[in-house]
Amino acid sequence: MDNRANNKANKKRFELPVWAAYIINLGLFIAFISLFGVLLSSGALPGFITKVAMLIGIQVILAVSLNVSTGYLGQLPLGHAGFMAVGAYASAIFMTHTSIPAGIAFPIGIVIAAAVAGLFGVLIGIPALRLKGDYLAIITLGFGEIIRVVLLNIDSVLGFKLTNGAAGLQNIPKTTTFVNAWLMVGLTCFLIHTFIKSRHGRAVLSIRENEIAAEACGINITYYKTLAFSMSAAFAGAAGALYAGYLGILNPSSFGFMKSIEILVMVVLGGMGSMVGSIAAAIALTAAPELLRAFDNYRMIAYSLLLIATMIFKPSGLMGRYDFSMKRIIENAINGDIFRRIRKSRAFDKAEGEGEA
Amino acid sequence: MSLLTTILKQLINGLQSGSIYALVALGYSMVYGIIMLLNFAHGDIIMVGAYIVWLMMARFALNPIIALLAAIVGCTALGVVIEKAAYKPLRSSPRISLLITAIGISYFLENAAQLIFGANARVIPPFINAEPITVGAVSIPAEAAVTLAAAGIAMVLLNVLVKKTKMGKAMRAVSEDAGAAQLMGININNTISFTFAVGSALAGIGSVLYCCAYPKATPTMGSMLGLKAFVAAVLGGIGSIPGAMAGGFAIGIAEALVSSAGLSEWKDGVVFAILIIVLLVKPTGLMGRPMTEKV
Repeated sequence: MDNRANNKANKKRFELPVWAAYIINLGLFIAFISLFGVLLSSGALPGFITKVAMLIGIQVILAVSLNVSTGYLGQLPLGHAGFMAVGAYASAIFMTHTSIPAGIAFPIGIVIAAAVAGLFGVLIGIPALRLKGDYLAIITLGFGEIIRVVLLNIDSVLGFKLTNGAAGLQNIPKTTTFVNAWLMVGLTCFLIHTFIKSRHGRAVLSIRENEIAAEACGINITYYKTLAFSMSAAFAGAAGALYAGYLGILNPSSFGFMKSIEILVMVVLGGMGSMVGSIAAAIALTAAPELLRAFDNYRMIAYSLLLIATMIFKPSGLMGRYDFSMKRIIENAINGDIFRRIRKSRAFDKAEGEGEA
Repeated sequence: MSLLTTILKQLINGLQSGSIYALVALGYSMVYGIIMLLNFAHGDIIMVGAYIVWLMMARFALNPIIALLAAIVGCTALGVVIEKAAYKPLRSSPRISLLITAIGISYFLENAAQLIFGANARVIPPFINAEPITVGAVSIPAEAAVTLAAAGIAMVLLNVLVKKTKMGKAMRAVSEDAGAAQLMGININNTISFTFAVGSALAGIGSVLYCCAYPKATPTMGSMLGLKAFVAAVLGGIGSIPGAMAGGFAIGIAEALVSSAGLSEWKDGVVFAILIIVLLVKPTGLMGRPMTEKV
């Protein structure tokens, strides 16, 4: 009965066309980039803010990309930093050896980084994704560490001067700016969003919900798992390229196991399967330590306690699986049911709370 | 002849570090067996143990035996406190939350140690001032002999504890099927705490033996050691006690052989390559229980 009433209401509801939603989002995104770009370049904000903003952009790409394999595919890889390292080194080697002007070379470098990291994603994904759960976590951890060790020692074996071993790569052109970092953030979010909303994305989500049922429905599990995993790796590689251009120097030790964990923490804290959660957590967890430099000694302790407390009191992460949608907000505003929606969700929360108790 | 002695010498080195890995791997394996948690904080318990040893021996200039006892007691207490405070509230939550909590604990311990003791390495005075024992052409350093003996005794005691005592029986029952064990009147919470206590006590012994071999304590020393011990646990079959011992020795010997071949930079890579090969060929490890999949 309630259902029928809902259907009736739906008929009269205003629905924003999908293309209009994309245009509005694009407009908002361009407004955001230009506003901050102008603010930062005009020098109205202190200089270090630009650096923090670039770093946040890189971390957002990493978190959103890892969310593809943890949140949407439902696996738990612990080697994400390895893909970032592959991308960073691929782009850095290209950038230091090319004679193309940096402005043109950098986008090419990002594409190369994404392609190489994506290829590694396929190569590692095919064997690793045969395993499940903790074993998958362990094997990706192993691959991530091997990538680091290989980057550290490959020169001494092959006799090239390619990765420069423990000393690291130096004099990489510092081509990352606020604008190109955040354009890449926008592109990443857009591509991942459209992918997840597509037929292929639904196949990936169905694997998360129930692998055996998905297979029984005719979904090629191996193909879609590898696809999602290598997609995740490719965007991590792009983030690596931005990181190389941001720092100007690269060292294998910055892509260790702890970096993978740091990215995973962002995804879990934001809520696995929620893109806006990953973005919010990446922003908060990158900005907070930078802004709390004054309490240098205590900030990491506070960070770890916060992490433990969040897991104990809100294990599903800050956002759960909630995702932000501009389209939904506009539709609700025009239909005038924002307040109704809030009342309803409160009633729902209450009912759920009672159910749990 | 000289090649043979070199190999024998490296084997002894491998057995020494292998027995440390084995002791640490046992902690990982027992905890995983009982609550299916990859306890990433386990390596950092060893770090705390090393600082306790430093406090006892360098700061208060006490006897190594007292330092050993203090490290065991300190680590055990720490393990139980961590379990009660951080893991117990999460008994019914998804396993990923438990994993992230373990990572949080690991961060916390590392940063607390850095705050208290500083980032620089603290040097621990030598434990044993004895001549190496010479067997034929091979001389065994006294540290290696003591390490092997101590690890051997600890493992025998652990086996007795798990196989012969009532608490050991409860531990095995809970890891087999927690629900059924509870129906048989086993107190699950106490058993889990006890498992953490035993695992952490072994880590305490491991930390003293580690300090014997590498007399330094740093805030981050636990992470790589923990990671390798973890590989050892997986190699032997995570959840299996004899497997963890075998895996620990195998990793130690593999590392020593790679180093003696002059490739010591590739040591870590070889350890993780072993991990990957084992997981691909036999994911349950050498002695792990086969996993059955339910639809």
